[in-house]
Amino acid sequence: MSDFTFSVILSNLLWATRWTILLSLIAFVSGGLVGLAILFARVSKNRALRLLTSFYIEFFQGTPLLMQLFLFFFGVALFGVEVSPWAAAWLALTFWTSAFLSEIWRGCVEAIPRGQWEASGSLALNYIEQMRYVILPQALRIAIAPTVGFSVQIIKGTALASIIGFVELTKAGTMLNNATFRPFLVYSLVALIYFCLCFPLSWYSKRLEGRLNVAR
Amino acid sequence: MTYQLNFGDLLPYWDVLAWGLLFTVILTAVSTAAGLLVGTGGAWARSFGPKWAGYAVGAYVELIRNTPFIVQLFFVFFGLPALGLKMTEAQAAFLAMVINLGAYSTEIIRAGIEAVPKGHIEAGASLALSRWEIFRHIVLKQAFMKVYPALSSQIVIVMLGSAVVSQISAEDLTYAANFIQSRNFRAFEVYFVAAGLYLLLAIGLRAVLRGVGRIIFPKA
Repeated sequence: MSDFTFSVILSNLLWATRWTILLSLIAFVSGGLVGLAILFARVSKNRALRLLTSFYIEFFQGTPLLMQLFLFFFGVALFGVEVSPWAAAWLALTFWTSAFLSEIWRGCVEAIPRGQWEASGSLALNYIEQMRYVILPQALRIAIAPTVGFSVQIIKGTALASIIGFVELTKAGTMLNNATFRPFLVYSLVALIYFCLCFPLSWYSKRLEGRLNVAR
Repeated sequence: MTYQLNFGDLLPYWDVLAWGLLFTVILTAVSTAAGLLVGTGGAWARSFGPKWAGYAVGAYVELIRNTPFIVQLFFVFFGLPALGLKMTEAQAAFLAMVINLGAYSTEIIRAGIEAVPKGHIEAGASLALSRWEIFRHIVLKQAFMKVYPALSSQIVIVMLGSAVVSQISAEDLTYAANFIQSRNFRAFEVYFVAAGLYLLLAIGLRAVLRGVGRIIFPKA
């Protein structure tokens, strides 16, 4: 046990943090892309599409992320495909992120005055062109602060991947605790590292929000 | 290779699921009540309390909001006993939930308090109400009315987050699903049903909170 000095514990945790960061980044990018697609369907004129996406969002916002992880981890395996913890965590976090981001972005799109839709429609732009050239550039401005804010939720969400055996910061903490029996120290350090990852983002999101209010 | 879904294998375990569901409901209800109490106290400290208390609460709020719930839970369940504070799984789950919701609701209620016009507080003072009466009847009531929707969605988020307490063997709905899965190996079916139950719970909780809101704030 004497092998595990403070610096060994800390360096092991920091080494595992890269997987937390990588998984967060991947989930953010792929979740954002899927979320954008969901957004297009969610605010379209097609009723069936709107209904379908509202069910999608309801499911992923109304069930625990942990359940979604289990479902992907065990569910995909039913089709005879071996699922690694990596793939399950990536899939679950992608769908979960997309549901929240699309709903956040929908709020931003709906904040754009109706006249913008009508004006761009009268210029014979089709739906995709309206979104691409008129609505989204304006919605983007108000979307940045809540999107940055949600990235904190993604980082915290990756901690659940530890439960299906993905070795990131939390899992590394559990393993180190099992080896050292110093839970107070280990989990304090784990919490501190998460705080160092998340707090700058929270702070930045709040600042962006404040700046936006001034601009208005 | 094809897999035959078989939900029938779950039937013998319906009572396990029911007990897990009940635990999740009770855990959510009790920690919501306690968490809102902590949040109200925290919001008071940040808005009206002494400066040092405001800073202390601010640090608590930021620390909790920027760390994952599962780490807070592990800290409470594994870390605190190292300091001599032993507790059962259910107690640790409850404590972690209260600490978590307390931080979020502090921030939400504080936003509501700040939205109360200063003139209302001055009007109360000019009617010779004590500071406590002003806080209780003028500030808090309006603050809760303003932030009730935000509080409601936070309570639903906390309920869904409570699935994590299964990881310290607190016997909630997720724990029940894990248990059944380890017995009949019908992992997908069990988690599918459990996810459905959580979804119903979330929809039901939202409806209950809306109903309660209509009773407490009839005009809103």
